[in-house]
Amino acid sequence: MEMLNIALPKGRLGEKVYSMFEKAGFPCPSIKENNRKLIFENKECGVRYFWVKPSDVAIYVQRGAADIGVAGKDILLEYQPDVYELFDLKIGICKMAVAAKKGFRDDTMKTLRVATKFANIAKSHYAAQGRDIDIIHLNGSIEIAPILNLSDVIVDIVETGTTLKENNLEVIEDVVPISARLIANKANFKFKSEPIEKIVKCLSQQTEAKND
Amino acid sequence: MNFKDTELKREERAALFLGSLYRKYGYSQYKMSKFEEYDLYVRNKDFLISDSVITFTDTNGKLMALKPDVTLSIIKNSKDDKAAVKKVYYNENVYRISGKSGSYREIMQLGLECIGNVDLYCICEVLTLAAQSLKTISDKCILDVSHMGVVSELLESLKISGEAKREIVACIAEKNVHEASAICAQNGVDEEKISVLKELISLHGAPKDVLPKLYSLAHDMVSKETLDLLSKATEQVEKSGFGDIIRIDFSVINDMKYYNGVVFKGFVSGIPEGVLSGGQYDNLMSRMNKKAGAIGFAVYLDMLEQLSENAAEFDVDVLVLYDDTTKLDSLSALVSKLANGGKRVLAERCIPSKLRYRELVELKEEAAE
Repeated sequence: MEMLNIALPKGRLGEKVYSMFEKAGFPCPSIKENNRKLIFENKECGVRYFWVKPSDVAIYVQRGAADIGVAGKDILLEYQPDVYELFDLKIGICKMAVAAKKGFRDDTMKTLRVATKFANIAKSHYAAQGRDIDIIHLNGSIEIAPILNLSDVIVDIVETGTTLKENNLEVIEDVVPISARLIANKANFKFKSEPIEKIVKCLSQQTEAKND
Repeated sequence: MNFKDTELKREERAALFLGSLYRKYGYSQYKMSKFEEYDLYVRNKDFLISDSVITFTDTNGKLMALKPDVTLSIIKNSKDDKAAVKKVYYNENVYRISGKSGSYREIMQLGLECIGNVDLYCICEVLTLAAQSLKTISDKCILDVSHMGVVSELLESLKISGEAKREIVACIAEKNVHEASAICAQNGVDEEKISVLKELISLHGAPKDVLPKLYSLAHDMVSKETLDLLSKATEQVEKSGFGDIIRIDFSVINDMKYYNGVVFKGFVSGIPEGVLSGGQYDNLMSRMNKKAGAIGFAVYLDMLEQLSENAAEFDVDVLVLYDDTTKLDSLSALVSKLANGGKRVLAERCIPSKLRYRELVELKEEAAE
Protein backbone atom coordinates (compact mmCIF):
# COMPACT_ATOMS: atom_id res chain seq x y z
CA MET A 1 0.00 0.00 0.00
CA GLU A 2 1.22 3.46 -0.79
CA MET A 3 1.78 5.60 2.30
CA LEU A 4 -0.21 8.76 2.87
CA ASN A 5 2.17 11.53 3.89
CA ILE A 6 0.75 14.05 6.33
CA ALA A 7 2.49 17.28 7.35
CA LEU A 8 1.44 18.49 10.79
CA PRO A 9 2.28 21.90 12.25
CA LYS A 10 4.64 21.58 15.20
CA GLY A 11 3.11 22.73 18.48
CA ARG A 12 -0.16 22.65 20.38
CA LEU A 13 -2.35 22.99 17.27
CA GLY A 14 -0.54 20.09 15.61
CA GLU A 15 -1.15 17.85 18.63
CA LYS A 16 -4.85 18.68 18.53
CA VAL A 17 -4.91 17.93 14.80
CA TYR A 18 -3.14 14.61 15.35
CA SER A 19 -5.75 13.53 17.87
CA MET A 20 -8.46 14.30 15.30
CA PHE A 21 -6.65 12.17 12.71
CA GLU A 22 -6.23 9.42 15.30
CA LYS A 23 -9.97 9.42 15.95
CA ALA A 24 -10.56 9.36 12.20
CA GLY A 25 -8.85 5.97 12.09
CA PHE A 26 -5.27 6.91 11.24
CA PRO A 27 -3.38 6.38 14.51
CA CYS A 28 0.39 6.30 14.84
CA PRO A 29 1.16 5.58 18.51
CA SER A 30 4.92 6.21 18.19
CA ILE A 31 4.19 9.91 17.70
CA LYS A 32 3.36 10.25 21.39
CA GLU A 33 6.78 9.03 22.52
CA ASN A 34 8.66 11.91 23.94
CA ASN A 35 11.65 12.23 21.66
CA ARG A 36 13.08 14.49 19.02
CA LYS A 37 12.12 12.44 16.02
CA LEU A 38 10.25 14.33 13.33
CA ILE A 39 8.90 11.48 11.19
CA PHE A 40 6.54 8.77 12.42
CA GLU A 41 5.13 5.84 10.47
CA ASN A 42 2.33 3.40 10.92
CA LYS A 43 2.65 0.90 8.10
CA GLU A 44 -0.59 -0.92 9.00
CA CYS A 45 -2.71 2.18 8.54
CA GLY A 46 -0.52 3.39 5.68
CA VAL A 47 0.26 6.80 7.17
CA ARG A 48 3.42 8.76 7.74
CA TYR A 49 3.21 11.89 9.87
CA PHE A 50 5.86 14.54 10.13
CA TRP A 51 6.21 17.66 12.21
CA VAL A 52 7.20 20.79 10.35
CA LYS A 53 7.23 24.48 11.12
CA PRO A 54 3.59 25.69 10.80
CA SER A 55 4.45 28.23 8.12
CA ASP A 56 6.21 25.50 6.07
CA VAL A 57 3.28 23.06 5.88
CA ALA A 58 1.94 24.65 2.70
CA ILE A 59 5.36 24.34 1.02
CA TYR A 60 5.60 20.63 1.81
CA VAL A 61 2.12 20.09 0.43
CA GLN A 62 2.47 22.24 -2.68
CA ARG A 63 5.73 20.51 -3.60
CA GLY A 64 4.20 17.09 -3.01
CA ALA A 65 6.53 15.98 -0.18
CA ALA A 66 3.32 15.76 1.86
CA ASP A 67 0.05 14.60 0.31
CA ILE A 68 -2.01 16.51 2.83
CA GLY A 69 -1.33 18.83 5.73
CA VAL A 70 -2.92 21.24 8.12
CA ALA A 71 -2.15 24.93 7.81
CA GLY A 72 -3.64 28.12 9.20
CA LYS A 73 -5.76 30.20 6.81
CA ASP A 74 -3.31 33.08 7.52
CA ILE A 75 -0.50 31.12 5.85
CA LEU A 76 -2.72 30.17 2.91
CA LEU A 77 -3.79 33.76 2.34
CA GLU A 78 -0.26 35.08 2.67
CA TYR A 79 1.56 32.60 0.42
CA GLN A 80 -1.31 31.58 -1.90
CA PRO A 81 -0.03 28.03 -2.44
CA ASP A 82 -1.57 26.17 -5.39
CA VAL A 83 -3.28 23.44 -3.32
CA TYR A 84 -6.76 22.12 -2.60
CA GLU A 85 -8.34 23.49 0.58
CA LEU A 86 -10.54 20.56 1.52
CA PHE A 87 -11.82 21.26 4.97
CA ASP A 88 -12.12 23.83 7.74
CA LEU A 89 -11.17 22.02 10.96
CA LYS A 90 -12.67 24.82 13.03
CA ILE A 91 -9.79 24.71 15.50
CA GLY A 92 -7.03 27.24 16.11
CA ILE A 93 -9.71 29.87 15.63
CA CYS A 94 -8.53 33.48 15.69
CA LYS A 95 -8.66 36.47 13.39
CA MET A 96 -6.41 38.67 11.32
CA ALA A 97 -6.96 42.23 12.48
CA VAL A 98 -5.63 45.76 12.30
CA ALA A 99 -4.55 47.11 15.68
CA ALA A 100 -3.22 50.47 16.83
CA LYS A 101 -2.40 52.39 20.00
CA LYS A 102 -5.50 53.10 22.08
CA GLY A 103 -7.15 56.28 20.88
CA PHE A 104 -5.43 56.17 17.48
CA ARG A 105 -6.89 58.51 14.89
CA ASP A 106 -6.40 57.44 11.28
CA ASP A 107 -5.17 60.52 9.40
CA THR A 108 -6.23 59.71 5.84
CA MET A 109 -4.14 62.59 4.49
CA LYS A 110 -0.98 60.60 5.16
CA THR A 111 0.42 57.32 3.93
CA LEU A 112 -0.40 54.69 6.53
CA ARG A 113 2.62 52.86 7.95
CA VAL A 114 1.71 49.20 8.51
CA ALA A 115 3.97 46.80 10.40
CA THR A 116 3.25 43.11 9.81
CA LYS A 117 4.47 39.60 9.26
CA PHE A 118 1.74 39.20 6.63
CA ALA A 119 2.70 41.68 3.92
CA ASN A 120 0.45 40.22 1.20
CA ILE A 121 -2.64 40.07 3.39
CA ALA A 122 -2.07 43.66 4.55
CA LYS A 123 -1.48 44.84 0.97
CA SER A 124 -4.65 43.30 -0.41
CA HIS A 125 -6.71 44.50 2.55
CA TYR A 126 -5.70 48.12 2.01
CA ALA A 127 -5.71 47.83 -1.79
CA ALA A 128 -9.42 46.97 -1.57
CA GLN A 129 -9.91 50.27 0.28
CA GLY A 130 -7.68 52.14 -2.16
CA ARG A 131 -5.49 53.27 0.71
CA ASP A 132 -1.83 54.16 0.19
CA ILE A 133 0.30 52.26 2.68
CA ASP A 134 3.93 51.69 3.54
CA ILE A 135 4.57 48.07 4.54
CA ILE A 136 7.16 47.39 7.22
CA HIS A 137 7.92 43.69 7.21
CA LEU A 138 8.76 42.36 10.68
CA ASN A 139 9.32 38.80 11.84
CA GLY A 140 8.12 39.04 15.43
CA SER A 141 7.18 41.29 18.36
CA ILE A 142 4.99 43.23 15.95
CA GLU A 143 3.17 44.83 18.89
CA ILE A 144 5.99 47.19 19.77
CA ALA A 145 6.07 48.80 16.32
CA PRO A 146 3.30 51.39 17.03
CA ILE A 147 4.65 52.03 20.55
CA LEU A 148 8.07 52.94 19.21
CA ASN A 149 6.45 54.90 16.39
CA LEU A 150 7.93 52.53 13.83
CA SER A 151 4.44 52.20 12.35
CA ASP A 152 0.95 53.65 12.72
CA VAL A 153 -0.84 50.31 12.83
CA ILE A 154 -0.09 46.61 12.79
CA VAL A 155 -1.79 43.76 10.92
CA ASP A 156 -1.47 40.61 12.96
CA ILE A 157 -3.21 37.54 14.32
CA VAL A 158 -5.38 38.24 17.34
CA GLU A 159 -6.43 35.30 19.47
CA THR A 160 -7.57 36.56 22.88
CA GLY A 161 -6.34 40.11 22.62
CA THR A 162 -4.30 39.85 25.82
CA THR A 163 -0.97 40.72 24.18
CA LEU A 164 -2.55 43.77 22.58
CA LYS A 165 -4.09 44.89 25.85
CA GLU A 166 -0.85 44.49 27.77
CA ASN A 167 0.89 46.67 25.21
CA ASN A 168 -1.84 49.28 25.31
CA LEU A 169 -3.09 48.45 21.79
CA GLU A 170 -6.60 47.74 20.53
CA VAL A 171 -8.20 46.20 17.45
CA ILE A 172 -9.51 48.90 15.13
CA GLU A 173 -10.62 46.71 12.23
CA ASP A 174 -11.12 42.99 11.52
CA VAL A 175 -9.49 41.71 8.34
CA VAL A 176 -10.45 38.05 8.05
CA PRO A 177 -11.34 35.14 10.34
CA ILE A 178 -8.65 32.45 10.64
CA SER A 179 -8.78 28.75 11.45
CA ALA A 180 -6.86 25.57 10.63
CA ARG A 181 -7.53 24.11 7.16
CA LEU A 182 -6.85 20.69 5.67
CA ILE A 183 -4.94 21.16 2.43
CA ALA A 184 -3.95 18.64 -0.24
CA ASN A 185 -1.49 18.52 -3.10
CA LYS A 186 -3.49 18.78 -6.32
CA ALA A 187 -1.67 16.01 -8.18
CA ASN A 188 -1.30 13.60 -5.27
CA PHE A 189 -5.00 14.00 -4.49
CA LYS A 190 -5.76 12.37 -7.84
CA PHE A 191 -3.85 9.23 -6.95
CA LYS A 192 -4.76 9.00 -3.26
CA SER A 193 -8.25 10.43 -3.26
CA GLU A 194 -9.77 7.48 -1.39
CA PRO A 195 -7.88 7.78 1.93
CA ILE A 196 -7.91 11.58 1.71
CA GLU A 197 -11.67 11.73 1.24
CA LYS A 198 -12.10 9.24 4.07
CA ILE A 199 -10.16 11.60 6.33
CA VAL A 200 -12.24 14.59 5.23
CA LYS A 201 -15.44 12.69 5.95
CA CYS A 202 -14.32 11.53 9.40
CA LEU A 203 -13.04 14.99 10.33
CA SER A 204 -16.31 16.61 9.30
CA GLN A 205 -18.25 14.11 11.40
CA GLN A 206 -16.07 15.07 14.37
CA THR A 207 -16.57 18.81 13.95
CA GLU A 208 -20.31 18.35 13.42
CA ALA A 209 -20.55 16.24 16.59
CA LYS A 210 -18.69 18.98 18.45
CA ASN A 211 -21.09 21.64 17.21
CA ASP A 212 -24.23 19.68 18.13
CA MET B 1 21.83 6.47 -36.40
CA ASN B 2 21.28 3.63 -34.01
CA PHE B 3 20.93 4.05 -30.30
CA LYS B 4 19.12 2.47 -27.44
CA ASP B 5 16.02 4.06 -25.93
CA THR B 6 17.59 4.01 -22.51
CA GLU B 7 20.38 6.34 -23.60
CA LEU B 8 17.84 9.14 -23.88
CA LYS B 9 16.50 11.07 -20.95
CA ARG B 10 12.80 10.59 -20.23
CA GLU B 11 11.88 14.04 -21.54
CA GLU B 12 13.86 13.50 -24.75
CA ARG B 13 12.18 10.15 -25.29
CA ALA B 14 8.77 11.72 -24.70
CA ALA B 15 9.49 14.58 -27.11
CA LEU B 16 10.44 12.13 -29.87
CA PHE B 17 7.51 9.83 -29.27
CA LEU B 18 4.88 12.55 -28.91
CA GLY B 19 6.09 14.37 -32.02
CA SER B 20 5.67 11.21 -34.07
CA LEU B 21 2.28 10.52 -32.46
CA TYR B 22 0.95 13.96 -33.41
CA ARG B 23 2.34 13.64 -36.96
CA LYS B 24 0.44 10.36 -37.33
CA TYR B 25 -2.79 12.23 -36.69
CA GLY B 26 -2.03 14.79 -39.36
CA TYR B 27 -0.55 17.55 -37.20
CA SER B 28 2.32 19.29 -38.91
CA GLN B 29 5.23 20.73 -37.00
CA TYR B 30 5.22 24.48 -36.54
CA LYS B 31 8.78 25.68 -36.20
CA MET B 32 9.05 29.25 -35.12
CA SER B 33 11.59 31.87 -34.33
CA LYS B 34 12.55 32.54 -30.75
CA PHE B 35 11.38 36.14 -30.86
CA GLU B 36 8.03 37.84 -31.17
CA GLU B 37 6.94 41.47 -31.08
CA TYR B 38 6.35 42.43 -27.47
CA ASP B 39 3.09 44.12 -28.42
CA LEU B 40 1.39 40.72 -28.83
CA TYR B 41 1.89 39.91 -25.16
CA VAL B 42 0.89 43.30 -23.81
CA ARG B 43 -2.55 42.92 -25.32
CA ASN B 44 -3.06 39.44 -23.86
CA LYS B 45 -1.08 39.59 -20.66
CA ASP B 46 -3.48 37.53 -18.56
CA PHE B 47 -3.26 34.62 -20.98
CA LEU B 48 0.38 34.11 -20.05
CA ILE B 49 1.17 31.99 -17.02
CA SER B 50 3.52 34.69 -15.74
CA ASP B 51 3.23 38.19 -17.11
CA SER B 52 6.95 38.95 -17.08
CA VAL B 53 8.60 38.71 -20.45
CA ILE B 54 12.27 39.07 -21.43
CA THR B 55 12.42 41.98 -23.84
CA PHE B 56 15.07 43.59 -26.02
CA THR B 57 15.21 46.19 -28.75
CA ASP B 58 15.71 44.85 -32.26
CA THR B 59 18.09 46.51 -34.74
CA ASN B 60 15.15 48.41 -36.28
CA GLY B 61 14.12 49.83 -32.90
CA LYS B 62 11.16 47.51 -32.37
CA LEU B 63 10.61 46.12 -28.89
CA MET B 64 10.87 42.36 -29.12
CA ALA B 65 10.36 39.54 -26.63
CA LEU B 66 11.82 36.10 -26.11
CA LYS B 67 8.74 33.89 -26.50
CA PRO B 68 7.02 33.17 -23.18
CA ASP B 69 4.29 31.24 -24.98
CA VAL B 70 3.66 29.57 -28.32
CA THR B 71 -0.13 29.58 -28.65
CA LEU B 72 -0.47 33.33 -29.13
CA SER B 73 2.02 33.31 -32.00
CA ILE B 74 0.23 30.43 -33.70
CA ILE B 75 -3.13 32.22 -33.45
CA LYS B 76 -1.63 35.47 -34.68
CA ASN B 77 -0.35 33.76 -37.80
CA SER B 78 -3.43 31.65 -38.43
CA LYS B 79 -5.62 32.47 -41.38
CA ASP B 80 -9.28 33.04 -40.68
CA ASP B 81 -10.61 29.96 -42.38
CA LYS B 82 -13.87 28.91 -40.78
CA ALA B 83 -14.43 25.78 -42.81
CA ALA B 84 -11.16 23.90 -42.47
CA VAL B 85 -9.19 23.01 -39.36
CA LYS B 86 -5.51 23.77 -39.16
CA LYS B 87 -3.70 21.20 -37.07
CA VAL B 88 -0.20 21.96 -35.84
CA TYR B 89 2.17 20.80 -33.14
CA TYR B 90 5.25 22.47 -31.75
CA ASN B 91 8.26 21.62 -29.66
CA GLU B 92 9.83 24.85 -28.53
CA ASN B 93 11.69 26.41 -25.66
CA VAL B 94 9.83 29.25 -23.99
CA TYR B 95 11.15 31.75 -21.49
CA ARG B 96 9.18 32.67 -18.43
CA ILE B 97 9.41 33.11 -14.69
CA SER B 98 9.01 29.75 -13.11
CA GLY B 99 7.28 29.13 -9.81
CA LYS B 100 8.03 31.25 -6.82
CA SER B 101 11.78 31.46 -7.53
CA GLY B 102 11.15 34.72 -9.33
CA SER B 103 13.83 34.14 -11.96
CA TYR B 104 13.54 33.42 -15.67
CA ARG B 105 13.90 29.88 -16.90
CA GLU B 106 14.04 28.18 -20.25
CA ILE B 107 11.15 25.74 -20.35
CA MET B 108 10.80 22.93 -22.85
CA GLN B 109 7.23 22.89 -24.06
CA LEU B 110 5.52 20.61 -26.51
CA GLY B 111 1.93 20.91 -27.57
CA LEU B 112 -0.63 20.99 -30.30
CA GLU B 113 -3.36 23.31 -31.51
CA CYS B 114 -6.46 22.81 -33.67
CA ILE B 115 -7.63 26.08 -35.18
CA GLY B 116 -10.69 26.54 -37.37
CA ASN B 117 -14.05 24.82 -37.41
CA VAL B 118 -13.60 22.92 -34.14
CA ASP B 119 -16.39 20.33 -33.92
CA LEU B 120 -17.10 17.46 -31.56
CA TYR B 121 -14.70 15.20 -33.45
CA CYS B 122 -11.83 17.69 -33.01
CA ILE B 123 -12.53 17.94 -29.28
CA CYS B 124 -12.55 14.17 -28.93
CA GLU B 125 -9.37 13.81 -30.98
CA VAL B 126 -7.50 16.39 -28.90
CA LEU B 127 -8.70 14.83 -25.64
CA THR B 128 -7.67 11.37 -26.83
CA LEU B 129 -4.25 12.63 -27.89
CA ALA B 130 -3.87 14.30 -24.48
CA ALA B 131 -4.72 11.01 -22.78
CA GLN B 132 -2.31 9.13 -25.02
CA SER B 133 0.44 11.70 -24.33
CA LEU B 134 0.04 11.14 -20.60
CA LYS B 135 0.15 7.37 -21.01
CA THR B 136 3.39 7.75 -22.93
CA ILE B 137 4.93 9.53 -19.98
CA SER B 138 3.72 7.12 -17.33
CA ASP B 139 1.11 4.41 -16.89
CA LYS B 140 0.05 5.99 -13.62
CA CYS B 141 -1.65 9.11 -14.87
CA ILE B 142 -4.98 10.94 -14.71
CA LEU B 143 -6.66 13.26 -17.21
CA ASP B 144 -9.12 15.59 -15.48
CA VAL B 145 -11.75 17.05 -17.80
CA SER B 146 -14.20 19.85 -17.13
CA HIS B 147 -16.39 22.19 -19.15
CA MET B 148 -16.15 25.91 -18.47
CA GLY B 149 -19.79 26.21 -19.56
CA VAL B 150 -20.93 24.13 -16.59
CA VAL B 151 -19.12 26.45 -14.20
CA SER B 152 -20.12 29.71 -15.89
CA GLU B 153 -23.80 28.73 -16.33
CA LEU B 154 -23.94 27.64 -12.72
CA LEU B 155 -22.43 30.94 -11.57
CA GLU B 156 -24.86 32.84 -13.76
CA SER B 157 -27.81 31.11 -12.11
CA LEU B 158 -26.60 32.17 -8.65
CA LYS B 159 -27.26 35.82 -9.59
CA ILE B 160 -24.41 37.31 -7.58
CA SER B 161 -21.97 40.15 -8.18
CA GLY B 162 -18.90 39.80 -10.39
CA GLU B 163 -16.61 40.03 -7.38
CA ALA B 164 -18.44 37.22 -5.56
CA LYS B 165 -18.34 35.14 -8.75
CA ARG B 166 -14.57 35.49 -8.95
CA GLU B 167 -14.26 34.40 -5.32
CA ILE B 168 -16.43 31.35 -5.94
CA VAL B 169 -14.42 30.40 -9.04
CA ALA B 170 -11.31 30.43 -6.84
CA CYS B 171 -13.12 28.20 -4.31
CA ILE B 172 -14.11 25.72 -7.05
CA ALA B 173 -10.48 25.52 -8.17
CA GLU B 174 -9.45 24.81 -4.55
CA LYS B 175 -12.29 22.33 -3.89
CA ASN B 176 -13.08 24.69 -1.05
CA VAL B 177 -16.66 23.82 -0.13
CA HIS B 178 -16.79 25.65 3.21
CA GLU B 179 -15.81 29.04 1.86
CA ALA B 180 -17.90 28.80 -1.32
CA SER B 181 -21.02 28.16 0.73
CA ALA B 182 -20.15 30.99 3.12
CA ILE B 183 -19.79 33.44 0.21
CA CYS B 184 -23.11 32.30 -1.28
CA ALA B 185 -24.86 32.65 2.07
CA GLN B 186 -23.49 36.19 2.46
CA ASN B 187 -24.85 37.05 -0.99
CA GLY B 188 -28.32 35.71 -0.28
CA VAL B 189 -28.20 32.67 -2.58
CA ASP B 190 -30.95 30.21 -1.67
CA GLU B 191 -30.12 26.98 0.17
CA GLU B 192 -31.02 24.69 -2.70
CA LYS B 193 -28.58 26.32 -5.09
CA ILE B 194 -25.85 26.37 -2.43
CA SER B 195 -26.21 22.63 -1.94
CA VAL B 196 -25.93 22.04 -5.72
CA LEU B 197 -22.76 24.12 -5.80
CA LYS B 198 -21.33 22.25 -2.82
CA GLU B 199 -22.00 18.88 -4.47
CA LEU B 200 -20.51 20.06 -7.73
CA ILE B 201 -17.29 21.21 -6.04
CA SER B 202 -16.69 17.86 -4.39
CA LEU B 203 -17.85 15.84 -7.39
CA HIS B 204 -15.07 14.04 -9.21
CA GLY B 205 -14.44 10.62 -10.67
CA ALA B 206 -14.90 8.46 -13.74
CA PRO B 207 -17.46 9.88 -16.23
CA LYS B 208 -19.78 6.89 -15.81
CA ASP B 209 -20.08 7.65 -12.07
CA VAL B 210 -20.13 11.44 -12.29
CA LEU B 211 -22.36 12.12 -15.31
CA PRO B 212 -25.63 10.63 -14.00
CA LYS B 213 -25.17 12.61 -10.76
CA LEU B 214 -24.36 15.73 -12.72
CA TYR B 215 -27.47 15.46 -14.90
CA SER B 216 -29.79 15.04 -11.94
CA LEU B 217 -27.97 17.67 -9.87
CA ALA B 218 -27.53 20.56 -12.26
CA HIS B 219 -30.32 20.20 -14.84
CA ASP B 220 -32.00 23.38 -13.58
CA MET B 221 -28.90 25.49 -13.63
CA VAL B 222 -26.85 24.15 -16.53
CA SER B 223 -28.11 23.68 -20.09
CA LYS B 224 -28.55 20.17 -21.44
CA GLU B 225 -26.45 21.12 -24.44
CA THR B 226 -23.39 21.78 -22.27
CA LEU B 227 -23.83 18.61 -20.25
CA ASP B 228 -24.34 16.55 -23.43
CA LEU B 229 -21.12 17.85 -24.93
CA LEU B 230 -19.12 16.93 -21.85
CA SER B 231 -20.78 13.54 -21.79
CA LYS B 232 -20.20 12.78 -25.49
CA ALA B 233 -16.58 13.94 -25.45
CA THR B 234 -15.61 11.93 -22.36
CA GLU B 235 -17.50 8.88 -23.60
CA GLN B 236 -15.50 8.93 -26.82
CA VAL B 237 -12.21 9.07 -24.91
CA GLU B 238 -13.37 6.07 -22.87
CA LYS B 239 -14.19 4.21 -26.09
CA SER B 240 -10.68 4.91 -27.38
CA GLY B 241 -9.36 2.87 -24.47
CA PHE B 242 -8.52 5.56 -21.94
CA GLY B 243 -11.42 4.91 -19.56
CA ASP B 244 -9.03 4.09 -16.78
CA ILE B 245 -7.41 7.52 -16.72
CA ILE B 246 -10.17 9.97 -17.63
CA ARG B 247 -11.97 11.76 -14.78
CA ILE B 248 -14.46 14.60 -14.61
CA ASP B 249 -13.35 17.22 -12.10
CA PHE B 250 -14.58 20.81 -12.00
CA SER B 251 -11.54 22.07 -10.12
CA VAL B 252 -9.86 22.30 -13.53
CA ILE B 253 -10.51 25.95 -14.22
CA ASN B 254 -8.84 28.09 -16.82
CA ASP B 255 -9.31 31.85 -17.20
CA MET B 256 -12.85 32.45 -18.49
CA LYS B 257 -11.71 35.47 -20.46
CA TYR B 258 -9.94 33.09 -22.83
CA TYR B 259 -11.34 29.62 -22.34
CA ASN B 260 -14.91 28.52 -22.92
CA GLY B 261 -15.79 24.86 -23.67
CA VAL B 262 -13.91 21.76 -22.62
CA VAL B 263 -10.82 22.29 -20.44
CA PHE B 264 -8.48 19.62 -19.10
CA LYS B 265 -5.38 18.98 -17.05
CA GLY B 266 -3.13 15.93 -16.90
CA PHE B 267 -1.33 14.57 -13.87
CA VAL B 268 1.36 11.93 -13.54
CA SER B 269 2.05 10.14 -10.28
CA GLY B 270 5.32 11.42 -8.83
CA ILE B 271 5.07 14.96 -10.19
CA PRO B 272 3.40 17.37 -7.75
CA GLU B 273 1.73 19.57 -10.39
CA GLY B 274 -0.07 19.15 -13.66
CA VAL B 275 2.19 18.16 -16.59
CA LEU B 276 -0.39 18.77 -19.30
CA SER B 277 -2.88 21.58 -19.61
CA GLY B 278 -5.28 22.63 -22.30
CA GLY B 279 -8.75 23.49 -23.45
CA GLN B 280 -10.99 25.23 -25.93
CA TYR B 281 -10.11 28.91 -26.23
CA ASP B 282 -12.64 30.47 -28.61
CA ASN B 283 -12.79 33.56 -26.39
CA LEU B 284 -9.10 34.22 -26.91
CA MET B 285 -9.61 33.82 -30.66
CA SER B 286 -12.36 36.43 -30.73
CA ARG B 287 -10.25 38.77 -28.57
CA MET B 288 -7.62 38.48 -31.27
CA ASN B 289 -10.24 39.24 -33.95
CA LYS B 290 -10.36 35.71 -35.33
CA LYS B 291 -13.69 34.18 -36.17
CA ALA B 292 -12.60 30.55 -35.91
CA GLY B 293 -12.66 28.33 -32.85
CA ALA B 294 -9.64 26.64 -31.31
CA ILE B 295 -8.56 23.89 -28.94
CA GLY B 296 -5.13 22.73 -27.89
CA PHE B 297 -2.84 21.65 -25.09
CA ALA B 298 0.74 21.86 -23.92
CA VAL B 299 2.93 19.28 -22.19
CA TYR B 300 5.54 20.65 -19.79
CA LEU B 301 8.38 18.31 -20.58
CA ASP B 302 10.84 19.90 -18.18
CA MET B 303 8.76 18.60 -15.28
CA LEU B 304 9.45 15.00 -16.25
CA GLU B 305 12.88 15.42 -14.71
CA GLN B 306 11.17 15.06 -11.35
CA LEU B 307 10.06 11.50 -12.06
CA SER B 308 12.42 9.45 -9.98
CA GLU B 309 13.93 6.87 -12.22
CA ASN B 310 16.69 4.86 -10.60
CA ALA B 311 19.48 7.38 -10.45
CA ALA B 312 22.52 6.10 -12.30
CA GLU B 313 24.83 4.45 -9.80
CA PHE B 314 27.97 4.92 -11.84
CA ASP B 315 29.30 7.76 -13.97
CA VAL B 316 31.01 5.32 -16.36
CA ASP B 317 31.13 1.57 -16.81
CA VAL B 318 34.85 1.29 -17.45
CA LEU B 319 37.65 3.61 -16.46
CA VAL B 320 40.79 3.01 -18.52
CA LEU B 321 43.98 4.33 -16.95
CA TYR B 322 47.01 4.91 -19.12
CA ASP B 323 50.37 6.68 -18.92
CA ASP B 324 53.36 7.51 -21.15
CA THR B 325 54.29 3.85 -21.43
CA THR B 326 50.93 2.88 -22.95
CA LYS B 327 50.88 2.21 -26.68
CA LEU B 328 48.55 4.62 -28.47
CA ASP B 329 47.22 1.90 -30.79
CA SER B 330 46.26 -0.50 -28.04
CA LEU B 331 44.65 2.30 -26.02
CA SER B 332 42.48 3.48 -28.93
CA ALA B 333 41.60 -0.09 -29.84
CA LEU B 334 40.53 -0.93 -26.30
CA VAL B 335 38.48 2.23 -25.84
CA SER B 336 36.61 1.85 -29.13
CA LYS B 337 36.06 -1.87 -28.52
CA LEU B 338 34.46 -1.13 -25.15
CA ALA B 339 32.42 1.81 -26.46
CA ASN B 340 31.13 -0.18 -29.43
CA GLY B 341 30.22 -2.97 -27.05
CA GLY B 342 27.71 -0.63 -25.45
CA LYS B 343 29.80 0.38 -22.44
CA ARG B 344 30.39 3.92 -21.27
CA VAL B 345 34.14 4.23 -21.16
CA LEU B 346 36.43 6.98 -19.96
CA ALA B 347 40.18 7.10 -20.64
CA GLU B 348 42.20 9.08 -18.09
CA ARG B 349 45.74 9.35 -16.83
CA CYS B 350 44.62 9.26 -13.19
CA ILE B 351 41.39 8.52 -11.38
CA PRO B 352 39.31 11.70 -11.31
CA SER B 353 38.07 12.58 -7.85
CA LYS B 354 34.41 11.75 -7.12
CA LEU B 355 34.14 9.60 -10.28
CA ARG B 356 32.15 6.42 -9.79
CA TYR B 357 33.14 3.59 -12.10
CA ARG B 358 32.02 0.01 -12.35
CA GLU B 359 35.31 -1.44 -13.53
CA LEU B 360 38.91 -0.25 -13.69
CA VAL B 361 41.34 -1.25 -16.44
CA GLU B 362 44.97 -0.17 -16.21
CA LEU B 363 46.65 -0.08 -19.58
CA LYS B 364 50.23 0.54 -18.54
CA GLU B 365 53.31 -1.32 -19.72
CA GLU B 366 54.26 -2.38 -16.18
CA ALA B 367 50.79 -3.68 -15.49
CA ALA B 368 50.73 -5.49 -18.81
CA GLU B 369 53.95 -7.32 -18.17
